[in-house]
Amino acid sequence: MDLQTNSTLLSWMTFSPLIGAALIIGLSLINYVCKCFSKTVMDNLSRAIAVLNVLAVFMMSVALYLSFDGNSTGLQFIHHFVWIKDFNIEYFLAVDGISITMVLLTGLVSLIAIIASVPWLSKIDGHHFTDKNVPGYMVMFLLLETGMMGTFCAMDFFLFYIFWEIMLLPMYFLIGIWGGPRKEYAAIKFFLYTLAGSVLMLLCMIGIYFASGPATLVDGTSVPHTFNIMALSAMGQAGLFANSAPILGVAFSKLMFIGLFIGFAIKVPMFPFHTWLPDAHVEAPTPISVILAGVLLKMGTYGMLRFNFQMLPDAAIWAATGIAIFGTINIVYAAFVCLAQKDLKKMIAYSSVSHMGFVLLGMAAMTPQSMVGAVFQMFSHGLVSPMLFLVAGVIYDRAHTRDIEGFGGLAKQVPEYTGIMGLAFMASLGLPGLAGFIGEFLVFLGSFGTFRIMTIIAATSVVITAAYYLWTIQRMFLGKLNEKWSKLWDMDWRERSMLYSLGVLVIFFGFYPLPVFKLMNTSLIALVEMMRGIQ
Amino acid sequence: MTTEFPLLTIIPLAPLIGAAYNALAGYKMQKRFGHAAVHYPAIIMPAISFLITLMAFFKLLSLPANERVLIATLWDWMPIGFLDAQFSFVMDQLTLVMCSVVTFVGTLIHIYSVGYMHEEPSYWRFFSYLNLFMFSMLVLVLGDNFVVMFVGWEGVGLCSYLLISFWYHEKKNAVAGMKAFVVNRVGDFGFVIGLMLLFWGMQGEWVDGKFADIEGSNLSTASEITHEMAAAKVASVTFRHVAERFENKEFKERFLNRKVFGISLITLIGIFLFVGAMGKSAQIPLYVWLPDAMAGPTPVSALIHAATMVTAGVYMVARLHFIFALDPFLMSWVTFVGALTALFAASIGFFQYDIKKVLAYSTVSQLGFMFIAVGVGAYWVGIFHLMTHAFFKACLFLGSGSVIMGCHHEQDMRKMGGLKKYMPITATTYLVACWAIAGFPFAAGFYSKDEILWKAFSSGNLLFPGGGIFIWVMGAVAALGTAFYMYRSYYMTFTGEYRGGGGHHEDHHADHGHYGHAHTPHESPNNMTYVLAILGFLSVVGGFLGLPHLWHLPNLLHHWLEPVFEGSVNYITAAHFPHIMEWILMGLSVFLATAGWLVARWLYLDNKNPLPAKILASKNQLVRKVHDVVSNKYYVDELYDATIIKGVMQFRLLCDWCDRKIVDALVNLVGTVGKVVGFFHGRVDSGVVDGAVNGTGWMVVSGGAILSLIQNGKIRSYIYITVVAMFGLILINYIKF
Repeated sequence: MDLQTNSTLLSWMTFSPLIGAALIIGLSLINYVCKCFSKTVMDNLSRAIAVLNVLAVFMMSVALYLSFDGNSTGLQFIHHFVWIKDFNIEYFLAVDGISITMVLLTGLVSLIAIIASVPWLSKIDGHHFTDKNVPGYMVMFLLLETGMMGTFCAMDFFLFYIFWEIMLLPMYFLIGIWGGPRKEYAAIKFFLYTLAGSVLMLLCMIGIYFASGPATLVDGTSVPHTFNIMALSAMGQAGLFANSAPILGVAFSKLMFIGLFIGFAIKVPMFPFHTWLPDAHVEAPTPISVILAGVLLKMGTYGMLRFNFQMLPDAAIWAATGIAIFGTINIVYAAFVCLAQKDLKKMIAYSSVSHMGFVLLGMAAMTPQSMVGAVFQMFSHGLVSPMLFLVAGVIYDRAHTRDIEGFGGLAKQVPEYTGIMGLAFMASLGLPGLAGFIGEFLVFLGSFGTFRIMTIIAATSVVITAAYYLWTIQRMFLGKLNEKWSKLWDMDWRERSMLYSLGVLVIFFGFYPLPVFKLMNTSLIALVEMMRGIQ
Repeated sequence: MTTEFPLLTIIPLAPLIGAAYNALAGYKMQKRFGHAAVHYPAIIMPAISFLITLMAFFKLLSLPANERVLIATLWDWMPIGFLDAQFSFVMDQLTLVMCSVVTFVGTLIHIYSVGYMHEEPSYWRFFSYLNLFMFSMLVLVLGDNFVVMFVGWEGVGLCSYLLISFWYHEKKNAVAGMKAFVVNRVGDFGFVIGLMLLFWGMQGEWVDGKFADIEGSNLSTASEITHEMAAAKVASVTFRHVAERFENKEFKERFLNRKVFGISLITLIGIFLFVGAMGKSAQIPLYVWLPDAMAGPTPVSALIHAATMVTAGVYMVARLHFIFALDPFLMSWVTFVGALTALFAASIGFFQYDIKKVLAYSTVSQLGFMFIAVGVGAYWVGIFHLMTHAFFKACLFLGSGSVIMGCHHEQDMRKMGGLKKYMPITATTYLVACWAIAGFPFAAGFYSKDEILWKAFSSGNLLFPGGGIFIWVMGAVAALGTAFYMYRSYYMTFTGEYRGGGGHHEDHHADHGHYGHAHTPHESPNNMTYVLAILGFLSVVGGFLGLPHLWHLPNLLHHWLEPVFEGSVNYITAAHFPHIMEWILMGLSVFLATAGWLVARWLYLDNKNPLPAKILASKNQLVRKVHDVVSNKYYVDELYDATIIKGVMQFRLLCDWCDRKIVDALVNLVGTVGKVVGFFHGRVDSGVVDGAVNGTGWMVVSGGAILSLIQNGKIRSYIYITVVAMFGLILINYIKF
């Protein structure tokens, strides 16, 4: 495989947010010294820089989409050189069919989230989070985007780990500083939980490194061990890790699998590691919830595909039933928990847990339909859940409460908002013709051959999901208008720009998902074929 | 053989455009240009669909009978491996019948709605939903495969939800809509499971392991499998391809021998798919949503909850005849559920006073009749009854709507009476439709219902004792009941003296109320009565499409639909009876209808007979009990509330409790333990360690000088050191163990 550099686009996408961040920091420092801008000017300047920067990354991701070749299973847009020679660490960014959808999603969701982070064209009161220490927020946001992009693009295990950690820190601050009343608790919980996962991941990374065989760096030197994910995957698929010496009597590949899996499962989040998510979501400001649900959760399942499945296929086959069981628990258990929530945002957070369960189930079933369904579910959830959190944000900005029972009859007061919320809910409950359906349906269809009972249990969630969403609609929007909310105003242009574009995409991909399939089908089916070959 | 006919796309597309227009611009158009700007596009769009359907009809006619399949492929929808879900529409003879009914009755009901809804402020919203419904329903019937059909299948559920809770400011309506959607979703769950089983079952030989091999191809070529290959070799979700595979003897044999969970696979597929049909077509035990659905505006009840959507289950069974005909158990099951529902719902109809509720239960009952037909393998008869039912039930519902409007939003039949005088056209059409539904000779319902009963009677496929005769008895009793309660509703509403009015009527439907009208009933505007007249006319002549073979007259519909059901014709067996038997049964059912009518006439004509009131007031325990049980709909809703709903509501609390008090509490516990340990360490640090540290402070100072050599500010060397330390620890770990 030729892995020489052939494009620096991914590096630009990954690191250009740092330019914006540096610019904002520089401006703040200058302002700190010479006091040449007022707070308003400084705020708007940093907002503008961030928006333009994220927009530029989005444009680059569009360019990436346009020139990506979906028929190839190999890596594309490779940027590859030796970084730290002494430890065989390379700088290696590339995308393939598994990661391309996630990279595009990151570009899009970041754009949506940055629009949600600026108060322009909008009626927002002075206590709103968007007015608080704006330059700091924007720097953190841009840093976060670097971390996310890098995580999906990195093809070197060490580099992947660094990006994974980079992303953690800004997220901690974004929740901890700009969050709601219990922000410290939520932020620390998020941070420590994810960190605990990363420690496991780190240990496994080192273990795998030392178990790896000889390889060649991109500059041609031969080395005894490697961090190159592609090389490691080839070794794993050839059975190297399956035959490595056991540790403490446990097969090496299984132990590595468990370590990595827990690290990623925390991020997904998989039952029983999911409790950080509702807290983080409830406290996080709207755009951060959007990022969290839209992109961050997918890192867990992406990591599983990239490492657990691609690198340790024998252990993945061994663990498949377990993953499917946890996936099913996620789907059904979280759906029931949703039914009990009184806080709108918490309900949506649990619905994310439920929907990510489909990804676990689909991946574990390892059939072409279920695997493609799982990754499509990641993508469609990345469109639908931002929409859900945005609508939750819209009402919170106006009413300063998210108590479902506290509303009532809003449909008369805010009809447009009601319609958009209905669309988002319908997409999330998997109404055919909307994006959420495709992934769910394919997972059901594909998984049944592998896990019969579990797929049927998982399918019961279609009823529960409909119940909690419709019940929420009924309590919030239908019935008599609660007079308390007779001064609520309908959506403004900023919110429209985000929600309508997401809504159009949700409908578009519901009817015409082919563009997404074209990107990933070849790679994912190759992955499934590989797994079958192992078996 | 299929023929490309791209115009098919327009059939569902036109109403979708109408829906989008009214959803996006309707509010402003209504404000600026008035109602006409809303309802003209909304009516024209389904009318276009109807015209295209007519074109398709002539196109079909021009083809030889067994090649009458038109197809319009839009795009590949989910081309993954051997899954061949395309977004495409197909029209064969069966679809044509469905499409004609949906577009024709649909257009009429749109026209009717102009009158019925004219005082509604959200006029545009109503028409937008109605058009969206037309779109979904047409996608349902035109879908080329299970998945496209499922889009329509859930789409109609959504529209039904939206329209039932159209007057959402009353909580009752909102709850009814929610109930409809959730119960429908139970059906959808069955549909998906059935499809999963089918798709999986078709995937050739499988090993009872995880990675079953796929027949005819190993997976390494799965990415290259074309749709044609998929259809020929592997699993498919396209109706035509599935049917083709079942024509293969070898495949069918193998499929029929397959078992899953110890039950025959084909039975399980059929049962689950039929759960879907039960949900949509309101069969026992999933019928509970339909009576509540009457909370929606009456044109909606006519269109969705009588003529079109609720017949989707019947359509599905007919469409999948090649599956349902394969297993006698399945056929018996469908037939039995249909017969039971027909009887059960008819009995509830006896004691209802809300005119729409009577019609709702009668719809449930009539749908049961349709399932008897498709259950015994008389698919064309099921579709025939579906069609005639669409005419007379739409006529009845719209008639009731006219009555409700005429009586100023009164639905209780006890407060009506004598309306024949005030609303002659409505009364006449209602009577004609009653004639049809009761099954009196020469009206549409007579032919279709009689054919159903005859097919049931003579069926040779049923497994239970008595076979068809058993079903015939149930059906005949249900038919007797139908005649009774339908005429009861007619006499209570239209004969005798008007009992409503008097000004005490509380006008709580503020949005669509009639302010300042005199409280005497009035006939509805022309656009409504014309529609009633057309439907009343069709309630009579619609039956001529399927005249009994017994009469030696051409049966157009049977002839037309025959090629569609050709594939399953060999599995359907019929016991042979002499013609005289058929004549006798026909006479018998006419007799029963007459009996029902006469009883109703005796009890309710002019509302003068005191007997009904006396029976209701009776103190006799038995009478009371029966009355309570039946008029409370056998307490089925209460039963569901006490079991399933309560169970779910308790279980959700349990899950939530478990999440907070166990899962999350453990996480917090770990955090707290960490904190305590940290505190303890801190104490140890400051007390013990620090002392030592201070004592050796000088070492630090001198050591710092050495260490500062590596503390050179270069990030790379920091990482270097950290990583070395890490590796060192790992290595120590290795050596140690």
